[in-house]
Amino acid sequence: MIPAAFDYLRPTTVEDAVAALAEAGEEAKVLAGGHSLLPVLRLRLAAPTLLVDLGGLPQLRGVRTDGDTLVLGAMTTHAEVAGAPVVVDAAPLLAQAAATIGDRQVRHRGTLGGSLAHADPAGDLPTAAVALDAELVLAGPAGRRTVPAREFFVDYFTTTLRPDELLVEVRVPALPGWGSHYLKVNRTAQAWATVAVAAVVERENGTITQARVALTNMGPTPVRAVAVERALAGVPVDAIEAAAAHAVEGTSPASDTTASADYRRHLAQVLARRALTAAAGS
Amino acid sequence: MTRISVTVDGTRYEDDVPSRTLLVHHLREQLGKVGTVVGCDTSNCGACTVLMTDPDGVPRGVKSCTVLAVQADGREVTTIEGLGGDHPVQRAFHERHALQCGYCTPGMVMAAVDLLREQPDPSDAQVREGLEGNLCRCTGYQNIVRAVQQAAAELRGNEAAVTQPVGVSGP
Repeated sequence: MIPAAFDYLRPTTVEDAVAALAEAGEEAKVLAGGHSLLPVLRLRLAAPTLLVDLGGLPQLRGVRTDGDTLVLGAMTTHAEVAGAPVVVDAAPLLAQAAATIGDRQVRHRGTLGGSLAHADPAGDLPTAAVALDAELVLAGPAGRRTVPAREFFVDYFTTTLRPDELLVEVRVPALPGWGSHYLKVNRTAQAWATVAVAAVVERENGTITQARVALTNMGPTPVRAVAVERALAGVPVDAIEAAAAHAVEGTSPASDTTASADYRRHLAQVLARRALTAAAGS
Repeated sequence: MTRISVTVDGTRYEDDVPSRTLLVHHLREQLGKVGTVVGCDTSNCGACTVLMTDPDGVPRGVKSCTVLAVQADGREVTTIEGLGGDHPVQRAFHERHALQCGYCTPGMVMAAVDLLREQPDPSDAQVREGLEGNLCRCTGYQNIVRAVQQAAAELRGNEAAVTQPVGVSGP
């Protein structure tokens, strides 16, 4: 399985990358780590005429803090997101979600920005970004704009990114004192999530003051479990079980060869309860 | 065609490659490094695993069927052939009977070398998790885990662990 022929560019500035995308229009694809794109190309599910490789942009790789915000370059690999002490410290949910992706080799190549821009509803990092209220910085011909993660994901494999825009940076507000947990069920090693739940909880004296819950693979985009969040505002920790039953509200899971929609709804509730319990206790 | 310069097993090669050429095909067909095999061709099985340096200079395990040859430009690649045949991991696979048909072995060995770089003293569970990107369909993994542990002990310089007798393998 060999991809259809394409032209190849490896720009060394973001401006050049954006200019190349603007010139090529919808026929171009951005190559980050390639671990979603190359399988698609090899299966000939897509045949772009141009690949713009971000491998020549080391400025997009790495993690730093900016005040209370964790700033991750789009080309930071899953292994770096999972292992960087600053991420583990400021956004442990993101590190935990990244550590569950694929396998070692995949995590060495796959990137945070690639995962978000690919927008697979079974992807782990989109859900973590939505749960953490991350902001995504997009660079285009007219400059940069910032989009909240909750508005970035539009549909299956579809985001608000325009064809001439690049996702360059992910900004995650630190949540000091919050507990978090990412819990995923998959059938085999390396497999995508059948369902996963990201839970972030703020507690005070045994009471949950606020919670954020996001679901993986329970619809065409990551879903915020708003009904669960509402049920968890200012309640004791033992209210989690009742609240988690609301996890299916507003979801539209698919039935496929891995699981039925009914089974996914069941998993969402069970995993929400477990993830919230772990987050409230951590 | 794109001009690339890749150092493979210590030798630098300059080649013009079509942009769609996968690294594994470049290694096998252009450079003759046929020790690296194509297994599933869908980035699941890990048979094509090689080490490739990142910009930080650290060699990390990658599936060469899911890397374009042009993405390896400027990098150093180590294939199974670069280990030389008497690497502690290769020897341990031999001594612990960690292969039957042998098809997954080049990737399995390279993934083990990559794992031990980061975790020189792994638990059995860490070995299994570290090798989750590599599929073997005949040994059942038991002897692979034993081999990786033997190699780990040798690489740590623990001679006692290396010289203990090789037990009868379980199922």
